[in-house]
Amino acid sequence: MLAKRVIPCLDVDAGRVVKGTNFVNLVDAGDPVEQAKYYDDEGADELVFLDITATADRRAILIEMVKQVAAAIHVPFTVGGGVRTVDDMRDILRAGADKISINSAAVAYPELIAAGARAFGSQCVVVAIDAKWHSDHWRVYTHGGRRATELDAVEWALEAEQRGAGELLVTSMDRDGTKDGFDVPLLRAITERVNIPVIASGGAGKPEHFIEAIQNAGVDAVLAASLFHFRQLRIRDLKEAMKHHGIPVRTVS
Amino acid sequence: MISVIDYNGGNLFSVLKALDALGAQAEVLIAPEQYRGGKLLIPGVGAFGDAMHHLRRTGFDTFLREQVQAGMPLLGICLGMQLLFAASEEAPGETGLQLLPGEVQRFRGALKVPHMGWNQIEPRPQRRILKGVEPGDYVYFAHSFCVPATGQPFEAATCDYGQTFVAVVEQENLFAVQFHPEKSHRVGMRILRNFIEL
Repeated sequence: MLAKRVIPCLDVDAGRVVKGTNFVNLVDAGDPVEQAKYYDDEGADELVFLDITATADRRAILIEMVKQVAAAIHVPFTVGGGVRTVDDMRDILRAGADKISINSAAVAYPELIAAGARAFGSQCVVVAIDAKWHSDHWRVYTHGGRRATELDAVEWALEAEQRGAGELLVTSMDRDGTKDGFDVPLLRAITERVNIPVIASGGAGKPEHFIEAIQNAGVDAVLAASLFHFRQLRIRDLKEAMKHHGIPVRTVS
Repeated sequence: MISVIDYNGGNLFSVLKALDALGAQAEVLIAPEQYRGGKLLIPGVGAFGDAMHHLRRTGFDTFLREQVQAGMPLLGICLGMQLLFAASEEAPGETGLQLLPGEVQRFRGALKVPHMGWNQIEPRPQRRILKGVEPGDYVYFAHSFCVPATGQPFEAATCDYGQTFVAVVEQENLFAVQFHPEKSHRVGMRILRNFIEL
């Protein structure tokens, strides 16, 4: 049975994890390799690194980080943030990442989705959608949620699939940071229309939220950041709760 | 020594690092002339048609067939497994390496494609490549095409995703996995170790 995936998301700035865990057993909480190894041991099914570096040499720093992470862990990981071209995608994949997440660039140049899928396969192309409720529909936002677009999030999800996305990472801006639970109506509206895996993001506060997103919104994977980083919830414990509710999960001893 | 076939732009880094972590020496081959002996590994990222085109142009197709027939152990990973078969629906009209009979097909049915994530495999007993792997162990898949299981002797393990497909191949010195062992945590590393220790 295909397991539902649990995915921690790590923000990185200039090759350093920010807002990362600060567990007693970590020598350096900002070290992406240490963080990745920790989550690997905890049973994370996958990792997402979101690069928020703003400096000019960001690409070289990111590539170096991807190489180090790829050498240290043996579970898949996705890299996103500032990816604009097929060459960007190639560099990151060749450094050992498994998937590339594109967001603003996909909205600006939707051809990038198909170009990436053609060059590397759909399974390497994740389209990240930041969505926010606008009176009667969800609107797509770009640039880290700072810029509203004209796009309807559900329609955009469909278009991304048609253009060759292998997976969608859907973040509810209304729920992000609230710990009130995932945006089930948004996620369900998308999972009912697309036939590619959907990762739920934004709003996780406790195990019940993850279970609800899987059982009521039909998502394939659940993602959280601060909840895991600040150790309010351990992946092991979350997976036990999911298993208890009859959700197939991969457990590690 | 394990020689890893580079057929144009695949992600070799993770495979090489996994072999390295297991203490195996590996080198990348971009042409058959570079081969200095040792086991062969075909990694897997990309499309069937492009990959076969490249393998033919470089002469790897004949080389790989000859090596396997001469008894050299070979491991195909993901697309590298699919290339061993006769043909694929991904590239109609294109022939594969034809080391195994059958056609690679697109997933049938209503489930989401790509088949992406951790799924369980059911090993058949007494397969060298699966030593230490238990029924129901999870491994990481990311693919849209598969080889449907039909009960052939080379089917060393199967997986269910709407249909039963071949997850692991073992036929004498020929081995292949549809998933990514280099991304499949301890179970995947065990399988790579089994190949190294053959």
